[in-house]
Amino acid sequence: MRRRPLAVGAFVAATALLVSACGGGSSSSTSSGNAPAALDGVGPITLVQGKDTSNFVQGRLDAWNQQHPDQKVTLIELPEDADAQRAQMIQNANAKSDAYDVLAVDNVWTAEFAANRYIVELPTDTFPQTADFLPPVIDSAKYKDKLFAIPYASDGGMLYYRTDLLKAAGITDPPKTWADMQADCTKVAATPAGAGVSCYAGQFQKYEGLTVNFAEAVNSAGGVITDPSGKPDVNTPAAKAGLDFLVNGFKSGEIPKEAITYKEEEARRAFQEGKLVFERQWPYMYTLAEKTDGSSKVNGKFAVAPLPGLNGPGVSSLGGHALAISTYSKNKKTAADFINFYTSKESNTIQVQQASLAPVYTSIYDDATLQASLPYLTTLKASILAAQARPKVVRYGDATLAIQDAAYGAIQGNMTSDQALSQLQTKLEALTSGS
Amino acid sequence: MAVVEAPPQTPVPIVTKSKDTRKQGSLAAKLLTPTMGVLLLVIGYPILAAIYQSLYSQNQGTDADGFVVQGDQFVGLGNYAAIFSGDTGVRFWNAFYNTTFFTVICVVIEVILGVAMALIMNKAFKGKGLIRASILVPWAIPTVVSALLWRWIFDSNGIANKLLGQQILWATDGFQAKAAVIIADTWKTAPFIALLVLAGLQVIPAEVYEAAKIDGANAWRQFWSMTLPLVKPALLVAVLFRLLDNLRMFDLPYVLIGPQKPSVETISILAFLENTNSRYGPAAAYAVVLFLYVVLVSYAFVKLLGADVIGDNRAKTPKAAGRRRGLRTVAKGDTP
Repeated sequence: MRRRPLAVGAFVAATALLVSACGGGSSSSTSSGNAPAALDGVGPITLVQGKDTSNFVQGRLDAWNQQHPDQKVTLIELPEDADAQRAQMIQNANAKSDAYDVLAVDNVWTAEFAANRYIVELPTDTFPQTADFLPPVIDSAKYKDKLFAIPYASDGGMLYYRTDLLKAAGITDPPKTWADMQADCTKVAATPAGAGVSCYAGQFQKYEGLTVNFAEAVNSAGGVITDPSGKPDVNTPAAKAGLDFLVNGFKSGEIPKEAITYKEEEARRAFQEGKLVFERQWPYMYTLAEKTDGSSKVNGKFAVAPLPGLNGPGVSSLGGHALAISTYSKNKKTAADFINFYTSKESNTIQVQQASLAPVYTSIYDDATLQASLPYLTTLKASILAAQARPKVVRYGDATLAIQDAAYGAIQGNMTSDQALSQLQTKLEALTSGS
Repeated sequence: MAVVEAPPQTPVPIVTKSKDTRKQGSLAAKLLTPTMGVLLLVIGYPILAAIYQSLYSQNQGTDADGFVVQGDQFVGLGNYAAIFSGDTGVRFWNAFYNTTFFTVICVVIEVILGVAMALIMNKAFKGKGLIRASILVPWAIPTVVSALLWRWIFDSNGIANKLLGQQILWATDGFQAKAAVIIADTWKTAPFIALLVLAGLQVIPAEVYEAAKIDGANAWRQFWSMTLPLVKPALLVAVLFRLLDNLRMFDLPYVLIGPQKPSVETISILAFLENTNSRYGPAAAYAVVLFLYVVLVSYAFVKLLGADVIGDNRAKTPKAAGRRRGLRTVAKGDTP
C-alpha cells in the first residue's frame, strides 16, 4: 500500500536515470558557422506523429514503401494529446534511442528541440521545395535562422461569421476592426433573429489555445510578445490594448461568460448551435459546420473572413506541423529523402483533400479547382501570410504557461491588464535570460 | 450497555529459543531473500534514485549559438530550498494546502457516506446482490475516465447546470473547481470505503445485536456502542488507504479541471509539470517532499489511531493486545 505514492517518485526516478545515464555526452557538436553535418545512412526508418485519423499518412507510406522496399517507413502513432507527444519525443531523445527517425513536430517545439539538439540542422539545398512555401510557414521551422524542420501542414485562425444574421441587420461586409465588430453586434442584437446571440468567442480555457488567442489579440493591436531578436517586450500600450479587447469583451458580455471554458471543440459547438455571431476558429471547423446531417444548425449560413484587429485587419497565430530528423537516427539520408517525398506538392495536395490540413505551398491555395471545393482557401492564405509565430523560446513550455497565467488572470478579473502584462514581462525575461 | 465478550483466543505456545529455531530462522532468511531482493529493486531503488536525482539540476542556459548547455549539475539541497522560497514557495504551499484540504474533506465525506452505504447493504433485502454490485461500479471505473465523465457533467452547458438551473462555470479557477473535484472523488471512492466496511460488518455476530435488544439499547446506541467499535479496524484500514490515495491526487484535478489552475493544483501536479519541462531534479525533489509527507501522515495515523494494517499486533503481544483491544479483535483477519 505504501507503494502507490511512490509511483510518482518511481516515474521521475526512471526518467532521471535516463538523463543521468547520458549526461555529459558532448557529442560531435558542430561549431557555429559550419555547414550542417551530412545526412548519411540508408535503411528502414520510422515516422513518429499523433494519431493518423484520416488514414492519409498510411496511404502515403504505402506509396513510398512500394517504391523503396529496402527503406521502408513504419508509422509510430503517439497519443492524440500534443503534450504527451512532446514528452515522448523528449524521452526518446534523452535515451539517445534510434527508435524514432522522422519526428512530426508542432512549430512551437522547434526552438526547444533544436536548442537541445534533439533534432539535426537541415541543409537548405537538400530541400529545394521550401522556396515555394508560404514565407511565415518556412520561417516557423527555423531556429536562429537555421533550418531544423520541413513544414508539411500549416494553420491559421479565421473569423467565422453568420451571414444570415449580418444580412438581416443590413450589414454587407464582415468587420475589419474590433470596433466594427462591436458595432455589427449591436445592430444584430437589435434584430429579432439576433436576440440572445452572443457577439464573439475564441478559445479562452487555460491551455495552449489561450496562448494563441492572447498572442493574436496582442499582435492584432500592433503589440508583440517577444521582439524579432527574441527579447520579451510585452509590457507596452499596444499589448495592453490587445489584452483589453478580451478583458472588456468578457466584462461587457460581448464574449459570453462561459467562453472562459472554451477549447476548440466547445467553441465550435457554440457556433454550430447558433449561439455566436462571430467566432475565431481554425479552418478545420469549416467542413464540420457545413454538415447537413443536423449536427450543425448554421450550415449555409456562415462564411469566413480574416481576423479583425484594433485599427485594421488582425494577425493570426501560426499553427502547423513540420518533419524533423532525430539526432539519434541511424538512417538520416533515407529520412531526408522521405521528407522530400512527404512534403512534395503532390503529397501536399492530396493532404488538403484527404486530411483537411492547410497546405504549405503558396500555389495550392491559388488552385481554382481546390478553391471551388474548399471556399475558405483564399481567406486562409491571407491569414497565414499575415500570421505571427508564437514566441520562439527554448523554454517554450514555461513561456506558454506564463502567458496563460497572465491572460487567464486578466480575463477572470483577478488582476488588471497592467498587472498581468508587467508580471508576464518579468517572467519571460527570467525565462529567456539564458546561461 | 451491552457487555460484549471477546471470543476466546487460542493460546500461543511459548517456545524457548533453541537450536531448532535458530536453524529455522536462517532457513526463513534464505527463503525470504528473493522477495526482499525484488522489493529492494522495485521499491528501494526508485526511492534512492529519486533522492539522488533530486540533488541535481538540469542546465537550461544556452550558449552563444543558442544551444542548450548539456549536462547535470550537483546542487545539493538547492532544489529543495527552491521549492520553499519565493514564487515557487507560494505555489508549493498552495499545492500543499490543496492536497491537505482535498484529503481531509474528501475522506470525511467518503467515510460518512461509505459507512451509510455499508449499513444499507448489510441489511437483508431483495436484490441485495444487485445493489452491492452496482454500488461498486464507480470504483471500477478508472479515475481518468470518471474525470472525463464528470467534465461533461460539469460542462457550462452540462447536466449539473441544467439540474441546478444556474450557470456555474465549474472548470474555471475558483472554489467551484474544488467542489467539482470533491464531488467527483466522493462519487468514485465512497463505494470503496463502503465495501471494506461491509466486510467488517458481516463478521459481527448476530447474537451481539440480540443481546443488545434484550438489554433495551436503541438503534442509535447499538450503532455507536457496538457497530462502530466492532467495525473500526476495517474502517481504519479503509481510511488509511483513502488518505494515501488522496495525498497523491493527480488525475482527477488534472483532467477534470485542467493544469495550471491554482485552486486545484496538488503536489503531484507540480512534480508532473516540472518533469514535462525537462527539469527532472526539481521534479524529483517535489516527489520526495510528497513522499515524506505521505510517510509522516501514515505513520501518525497508524500510531495515533492504531490502525492494524499488517495484522501483526496480535502475533507480537498476544496478551496485551487481547486485553487492550478487546472488542477489536473480533473483526481481525478480515482486513484485506
